[in-house]
Amino acid sequence: MSWRDLLEIAALVVLLAVTVPPLGRYIAAVYGSRADGTAPGDRVFLPVERALYRAMRIDHRREQRWNAYAMSLLAFSLVSLLGLYALLRLQGALPFNPTDRESVSPTGAFNIAVSFVTNTNWQWYSGEVAMSHLTQMFGLAVQNFVSAGVGFAVVIAIVRGITRTHDRSRSLGNFWVDLTRGTLRILLPMSFLFALVLVSQGVVQNLGGGTSVDLVDPAAAEVVGTDTQTIPGGPVASQIAIKDLGTNGGGFYNANSAHPFENPNGLTNLLAMWSLLALPFALVVAFGILIGDRRQARLLGSVMVGMLVVMSAWTVMAETNGNPRLTELGVDQSVSSLQGGGNMEGKEVRFGTTSCAVYAAATTGTSNGSVNCMHDSFTPLGGMAPMLSMMFGEVSPGGIGVGLMGLLVNALLAVFIAGLMIGRTPEYLGKKIQAAEMKLVTLYILAMPAALLGFAAVSMTLDSANTFQPGPHGLSEVLYNYASAANNNGSAFAYQGTGTDWYTVTQGIAMLIGRFGLIIPALAIAGSLAGKPVVPTTSGTLPTHTPLFGALIAGVVVVASGLTFFPALALGPVLEHLSI
Amino acid sequence: MRTAVRQFARQLVPALVALASFTLLLGIIYPLATTAVSQVAFGGRADGSVVERDGVAVGSELIGQPFLSPQYFHSRPSAAGAGYDASASGGSNLGPLNADLLGTVVERVAEYRAVNGLDARVPVPVDAVTASASGLDPHISIANARLQARRVAGARGVAEGDVLAEVDAAIDQPALGVLGEPAVDVLALNLALDARFGAVD
Repeated sequence: MSWRDLLEIAALVVLLAVTVPPLGRYIAAVYGSRADGTAPGDRVFLPVERALYRAMRIDHRREQRWNAYAMSLLAFSLVSLLGLYALLRLQGALPFNPTDRESVSPTGAFNIAVSFVTNTNWQWYSGEVAMSHLTQMFGLAVQNFVSAGVGFAVVIAIVRGITRTHDRSRSLGNFWVDLTRGTLRILLPMSFLFALVLVSQGVVQNLGGGTSVDLVDPAAAEVVGTDTQTIPGGPVASQIAIKDLGTNGGGFYNANSAHPFENPNGLTNLLAMWSLLALPFALVVAFGILIGDRRQARLLGSVMVGMLVVMSAWTVMAETNGNPRLTELGVDQSVSSLQGGGNMEGKEVRFGTTSCAVYAAATTGTSNGSVNCMHDSFTPLGGMAPMLSMMFGEVSPGGIGVGLMGLLVNALLAVFIAGLMIGRTPEYLGKKIQAAEMKLVTLYILAMPAALLGFAAVSMTLDSANTFQPGPHGLSEVLYNYASAANNNGSAFAYQGTGTDWYTVTQGIAMLIGRFGLIIPALAIAGSLAGKPVVPTTSGTLPTHTPLFGALIAGVVVVASGLTFFPALALGPVLEHLSI
Repeated sequence: MRTAVRQFARQLVPALVALASFTLLLGIIYPLATTAVSQVAFGGRADGSVVERDGVAVGSELIGQPFLSPQYFHSRPSAAGAGYDASASGGSNLGPLNADLLGTVVERVAEYRAVNGLDARVPVPVDAVTASASGLDPHISIANARLQARRVAGARGVAEGDVLAEVDAAIDQPALGVLGEPAVDVLALNLALDARFGAVD
């Protein structure tokens, strides 16, 4: 790691430190932190929102009980899923298809539709080969927005569950209002501005199918079998902006943010890393404002930052040290002023190894899944770190809404364990945590590992599912890819062919479990909390804003996933590392 | 159960209307507005930063190309299609211990040394023997470019110092001095060589 790498990381930290607090205050205002209920931009947004509510035939002042809120969320997701599925199945026959893409197979389309609706953006296909411009705009870009909008709705509903007391109706707000406000007031304006910045740096944004150019070197043309190169076109920047901001991660092109047209230089790379992390962290700030106790938010934010820093440092160390096998073959992987060095297979020269490693930690600490280098070619330990970040449940800082939701559920588990140790009824944020909530917490904690390990285990036994590399790396691929699906991440150990019926269907199911199998128990917990009274704070109350409690939450996250996944990890990346 | 189904069904109307409205707003208006502003404000960039020579489009500033002639600096190995196929971006995705990867690297190291007339003890820069993530990496490291300079100068019959000067001129410095790594733009460098010393037939 060079001084330049350190300064680059410092630039990212400063950029986040400056922008996250105001962004958090803005989000809080959008979700009603001001006493009079106003928010910045009301004059522009309110008329549009009112028109939308009228078209949807909903009364925006009417609140929904937690289960009605969940029903709305499910109905919206189902309609989105069916709409996107139809679009994919029919794209060959639909207009605005300048690159002549064919329709997608039934299982393939199921996988893609689930993937984009669940904010996963897992891609078993190559974007530039499989998707028409119409699908990219109408289908994928729209779901990029609204799946993140659903994330906002979920976390705001949970906030209401915490702040409301004695609410017999157990209402958590109105899903349609929360979805609309988050999408229109936060995601849309940010994406528009970010897209323009990206275009100014060279990210393409046009409606054409591509430009053919003549290769300069005729000798090379003979070897690659063509004397032209097709410079691809498409509405790329508009999609990349929301892909990064909305913890989505689905690239326009197969190479994702490693493609020069998605991420042309160091500046766009810094902004991309910022955009992966900005909104998930800002939501923590907003959470503190909305529950009226910023110390709690600061503690949760610190846990997230701490985990992110550890995972970044781990990945950076593993990757900048390079691949020992290559050094034996006479390859120079040293870091110097003349080369970035490190393990460069699957990495771009303009970013260098450190940027890739930090990006990998950011994209798996959130549930983004956009990549600027190929994780499958990481060193064994370097690849284990992003895998582990996902297995932690992506809580550093996690996807929009769902990351904070995950850490809050882990906090409930932490107060429960602490309660057992000190012999008191556990309380969190003023609410008693009882059997009903703990059952839901258990359901929540078990859903993701069950989907991940269950499908991975069956895949290892099926001959037809053997599309992975030989040795322990093959197991790493299967684990990584189901971890990605079950945590709605979307990044991949991409050598493994996952376009088969088995993988498209089972990963689709894993994504559904990882999304709705977590959101619904969390909303149920929030509904249950809304009905409870506030317990007065006494000298016996366990304070939940202290570093001690932070360590306890981090410990719960690490120990729970450590116990669950260690045997599998030992046979995958750990064994691979030991056999270097 | 029946009430749950009824409750669910009642939500379908707002769900359909919401999806339709968001598709109009985010799937049509947003990308078209972004395209319109981009085309007006940053026309060439929005269309792929195409480079022209004598009125002919010969590449994109941002996308790498294959080069194999001795008179040109060579790009990195590429896993995109048959090599630098811009409609099939991607990396090799081979694991660090994969026998195919290690075997290929052995061959690439030997070839790099042979082509550039290097002693068997000279370590080869890692970017010269590994495939990039996109398969379209437009850059090579400065170390890699400097090791190729003698061969390029010999093939063109010009002084190595002049070629090295062109290498220095083709370095893309990191944005703000710290964002990313300094890197040599291969297409720009080779076009500059052609412009100064004459094109290769």
